Amino acid sequence: MATEAALEPDIDFAPAEALIDEYMHNREATIALLQDVQTHYGYLPRPVLELVSKRLELPYTQLFALATFYRAFSLEPRGRHLINVCTGTTCHVRGAPLLLDALERECGCKAGETTKDGRFTIETVNCVGACALAPVMVIDEEAHGRLTQAKLKKVLDQYE
Amino acid sequence: MKLKSLADLDRVKEEGLRLLYPERMKICVGTATCGLAAGAGKVAETFRRMIDELKLDAEIEETGCIGFCQNEPIVTVYRPGRAKLVYCSVTPKKAEELARQLAEGEPTYDGTLGRILHEKALLTGDDKVLSKNGAGSGEGDVPDLDEIPFYRKQLKIALRNCGYINPNDIRHYIARGGYYTLRKVLTEWKPDDTIEEVSKSGLRGRGGGGFATGRKWRYCRNAQGDKHYVICNADEGDPGAFMDRSLLEGDPHSMIEGMIIGAFAVGSDEGYIYVRNEYPQAIRKLTRALEECHEYGLLGDDIFGTGFSFDITINRGGGAFVCGESTALMASLEGKVGEPRAKYIHTVEHGLRDQPSCLNNVETWANVPAVMGKGADWFASIGTGGSKGTKVFSLVGDIQNTGLIEVPMGISIREVLEDIGGGVGKGRRFKAVQTGGPSGGTILVDVKGATVRAEPGTGAYTVGVVPESLLDLPIDFDSLTEAGSMMGSGGLIVMDNTSCMVDVARYFLNFLTEESCGKCLPCREGLRQMVAILDRICDGKGEHGDIELLEELGNVVMDTSLCALGGTAANPPLSTIRYFRDEYEAHIYDKKCPAGVCKALITFGIDPETCTGCGLCLKACPTEAIFTRAAKPGESTPKLRKGRELHDITQDKCIKCGACFEACKFDAVHKE
Repeated sequence: MATEAALEPDIDFAPAEALIDEYMHNREATIALLQDVQTHYGYLPRPVLELVSKRLELPYTQLFALATFYRAFSLEPRGRHLINVCTGTTCHVRGAPLLLDALERECGCKAGETTKDGRFTIETVNCVGACALAPVMVIDEEAHGRLTQAKLKKVLDQYE
Repeated sequence: MKLKSLADLDRVKEEGLRLLYPERMKICVGTATCGLAAGAGKVAETFRRMIDELKLDAEIEETGCIGFCQNEPIVTVYRPGRAKLVYCSVTPKKAEELARQLAEGEPTYDGTLGRILHEKALLTGDDKVLSKNGAGSGEGDVPDLDEIPFYRKQLKIALRNCGYINPNDIRHYIARGGYYTLRKVLTEWKPDDTIEEVSKSGLRGRGGGGFATGRKWRYCRNAQGDKHYVICNADEGDPGAFMDRSLLEGDPHSMIEGMIIGAFAVGSDEGYIYVRNEYPQAIRKLTRALEECHEYGLLGDDIFGTGFSFDITINRGGGAFVCGESTALMASLEGKVGEPRAKYIHTVEHGLRDQPSCLNNVETWANVPAVMGKGADWFASIGTGGSKGTKVFSLVGDIQNTGLIEVPMGISIREVLEDIGGGVGKGRRFKAVQTGGPSGGTILVDVKGATVRAEPGTGAYTVGVVPESLLDLPIDFDSLTEAGSMMGSGGLIVMDNTSCMVDVARYFLNFLTEESCGKCLPCREGLRQMVAILDRICDGKGEHGDIELLEELGNVVMDTSLCALGGTAANPPLSTIRYFRDEYEAHIYDKKCPAGVCKALITFGIDPETCTGCGLCLKACPTEAIFTRAAKPGESTPKLRKGRELHDITQDKCIKCGACFEACKFDAVHKE
């Protein structure tokens, strides 16, 4: 654990401490706590998980189980912009696999990875509910529908 | 300002009506997730800017969606004394033009979807006539919105307010009869009578399994426990389904009012809404709606002065499909990993924190105020013998009119696809429609297609593929089940001849493999092996015996899984094998993909007879696999433009990305 912590960028623990204070009384809200941690840090840094484990007196493995069970959580730092390519049934039928391939070529990395310059992280998500406009990609909570390979570059250019 | 009396409600209703139908122009833009994804945000911005610039005496309202997602962004123009005009596919440019026209006088009727002459509020029965002379002066040939094919056969109960109100202004909701039913139930009814009325109505769960709602409430009420909980399952994980999302974004109060009534009926004072993480707008709208409920005293202590207290907390999902299953959802609410547990322990008796819990889907809750407000007899007069009321469906995929519809039970699949949906695209052939989703019921189908058993109280992910031969089936819980399919949560994904059913089966199994919680070995490992077999088949390495192996593995997984994710996981391969065996055989024995989808089995080519030499394909190709050449001797090139060369593909550079196919406007690129 110590070596892993050494590889992480410097973490400011103050926000984590504040969040833990808020959730101290409610053990059931562990998932909500982790969601807030992720919203703040962009991912779940291992040192923060260790801190949560210590203060809430929960086994680290339990937190690790939650972090790996739920897709929304990431244990790795993410890029500045999160691209969620919808791979739901309708998007699949309307060309999502080929669109994803084109996106991976454009970004130079695969789904689950981050571009070398830290600009984008590509993830797939199983349905955002905008099926009538398939295929859909959500970037930083902004949904883009009726996508084609040709429109891809223009959409990505909107994000620094 | 807490509402205590009928007079209080009436006062807010009057206020709401003034807001719904103001004395000046109102421009409503549908800004639910699908509207925004189509660009409605910029359209709303444009209108705001133009109103300012032109000093137009008008206001902007952001509403949920009216269901015709195909035509988003949708804008409705309201002017006092005039019929509402509904415009479709509005761009910022069109918005600017429209604003200018409105400032000067009459707007164009180009780009209108329909007009609305009067608006009837389902719960109050009030019919607001919008156009003074009743004939919609001057709109010429603009059809009435509810007469156009997409809307003509629909009947909105759950979606009664969506697209017509500002979802985050409770006054709008009250103006259309909202919370009157709650007041009536709390002050005039008893819990047992309420349950009796819901039972009499025949309302069945809308999440997919169709368990009788009244019965579930009765079991919960009668169960022993320190506390009773009511839960709203807003996890809507079924890909292709967005009924709940639209309801929550368009009219969150309809679901909340239903939940409060349900809490009263089962004896609960604590409720939870479990919303999936992927619906941030729904979460925001719900949060705001709950705040409003607190402000108006509709949640909290002593609601309507009756002594009944109830409050609701929102929980966000973490992105796990299995959490749509009731026991996994409750585990997640308790802060644990979402692993389901055995179903012989019913959640109505031992659910959240081991207490009696009543879990219902968003759409089910949204129906409750209508059932209690207009009565069980009214509700039961709609639909079929075994399936009362309406169902909301998301009609998507390879169909002309995609969107969200609500139809009375008993309508045939064919009517939905052809009359409402407008059929498949030009030059395409209908192939199958996929129905299915997580819910309160499990239907297990064996290889020969006979229904084995139906179990209430379990979560199910069932995929049934309905081929052409079964299109005249009525949409009704029982008819679909008998045919080996399932109503599901409401996703109707249409597939035409460009979808490969083997690929579809592989897609679903892949999905389920990822979403499997891992607890049961056959599900965890069996599904993975099935995906491996299907990968081989789609890669051209299928072997004789693969189909039988899939069937055998599928049956083992179904028989030995604890929950219905594994329990129904075999339906995709089994139903596609049942109805599309020839496609599997083409992949395995002929090494061909008839639909032109599986990359390893197709090659792209450019037809010299159709190629114009425009070069769009060459620009689109990411691997420089496209080159230009002169026509070969004997090759006829009738469409080739003067001075241009034919384009062709170098097969060993082609990565089958399909960019050229997408780019060509002349259908010159083909797959074989």
